[in-house]
Amino acid sequence: MISSLLLDGIAAMGCGLGAGLATIGAGLGIGKIGGNAMDAIARQPEASSTIMTNMILTAAFVEGVALFAVVACAFLIK
Amino acid sequence: MKHIKSILLLVVVALLPLSSFASEEKKEGGEGINIPEIVLEHLADAYEWHICSYEGKHLSIPLPIIVRSSATGEWTFCTEHSLPQNFFFNQEKHGKIYENMPDGTVERPLDLSITKSVAQIWIVVAILITIFLSCARWYKKHDCKQEAPSGFVGCMEMLVMMIHDDVAKALVGEAYYRRYAPYLMTVFFFIFTTNLVGLIPIFPGGGNVTGNINITFFLAICTMIAVNFNGNKEYWKEIFWPEVPLFLKAYPAPLIPVIELVGIFTKPFALMVRLFANMMAGHAVILSFTCIIFLGWSMGTAYGIGLNLFSGLMLLFMNLVEVLVAFVQAYVFTLLSAVFIGLSRPAHHHAE
Repeated sequence: MISSLLLDGIAAMGCGLGAGLATIGAGLGIGKIGGNAMDAIARQPEASSTIMTNMILTAAFVEGVALFAVVACAFLIK
Repeated sequence: MKHIKSILLLVVVALLPLSSFASEEKKEGGEGINIPEIVLEHLADAYEWHICSYEGKHLSIPLPIIVRSSATGEWTFCTEHSLPQNFFFNQEKHGKIYENMPDGTVERPLDLSITKSVAQIWIVVAILITIFLSCARWYKKHDCKQEAPSGFVGCMEMLVMMIHDDVAKALVGEAYYRRYAPYLMTVFFFIFTTNLVGLIPIFPGGGNVTGNINITFFLAICTMIAVNFNGNKEYWKEIFWPEVPLFLKAYPAPLIPVIELVGIFTKPFALMVRLFANMMAGHAVILSFTCIIFLGWSMGTAYGIGLNLFSGLMLLFMNLVEVLVAFVQAYVFTLLSAVFIGLSRPAHHHAE
C-alpha cells in the first residue's frame, strides 16, 4: 500500500517536474531572443520595428514548444 | 520633496489593508472557494450559458439540446431543464448526456446540441459577417483607386492587406496565392475575433472557443487538407524520394521518407497544440486572478482589500498581455499555414 502511494506521488512529481523544466527552457530561449533583439536594435535603431516584429514572432514559436510540454504534463496528472 | 503629497497618498493607500485588522471579526461556516474547480468549469464546454450566481441561485441561459436516441432513433429537442427520462447527465464523463438503454447499459447518443462553444462561434460569425459586409459596402460606393478609406474601414483594410500581402502573397508565392488567400484570411480573422471575444467577461462574450482542443483540431485538419490535397508531384517526390544520399532513403532503412511522413502529421499537430495551449493557459491565468479576489474577501476584510488591489492590477496587466497574445497566435497560425501551403508546391529545382 505504501508503495502504491509512493508511486502515485512520484508520478505526480514527475508531471510537475516536467512542466517546470519546460518553463525553464522557454525562459532561457525567449531571454536569448530578447537579448539578441536588444543588441540588434542598439546596432541599428532605425530597424527597430522590424526587429521587434520578428522577435515577438519567434517568441511565440518558442513558447508554443514549451506549452506542448505543459499540456502533456497537465493531461498526465490524475 | 517635490511630490511629497503623491508619495504620502500612495503610502496611505498601500497601508490601508492593515487598518482593518483592528476591526476584523472571524467569519465562520463558509466552505472555502475551490479555485481549480471554478477555473475548469469556466474553461469547459456546457449545455447552458451561465451568467452569474448569487447566494446559491444561478442565472444562466439554457441552450438547445439536440440528441438522437440510439435505442429508438428519434430526435429530441429540449433544454437541460426538460431532459426526457431516458437521458441523463453522466457525471463520470464530465456531465455529458448519456442514455439508459433498455438492456441496462449506458451509451452516448448522437449529440448535436448547441453548446456554449457552438453558440459563441455563431456570435463570432455574426460579428465577422456584420463587420466585413459593411466594410465591403464602402468599396462598392467609392472608387478604391482614387481615395483611401478612413476610420473603421481603413483599419480593416490595413489588417486585410497585411495578411494578403505579407503573409499570403509573400509565403504562398505569386503563382498560387489567389486560391488560398480566402482560406488564410478567414482563419486569421476567425481566430483573432474568437480570441478577443473570449476575453470579454460577460455574455455575449467569454466563451472559451480556441481554448478547446476540438476546435483547434478542426482548424489544423483544415490546414492539413489544404496542404496535402493540393500538393503536386514535386511535393510528394520530396517526401518519399528526396535528393539525399541513398543510405538515408533506401538502404539500410528509409530514414528521411519516414521522418517526412511523420512530419506531415506533426506540423498540423504543432499548430493545434500551440493555439490551444496558449489560449487555455491565458484564460486559466485570468480566471485564477479573478478567483483570488473572491478568496481574499472570504478570508476577511483586510485580505479582501489587499488581494483586491493586487489582483486588480495583475488582471489589468494580464488582459493586456492576452490581447497581444490573441493577435500573435492568430498571426502565427496563419503564417505557418501559409508557409506549409507554399511548401506544398515547391518550385522544381535540382542540380543539372
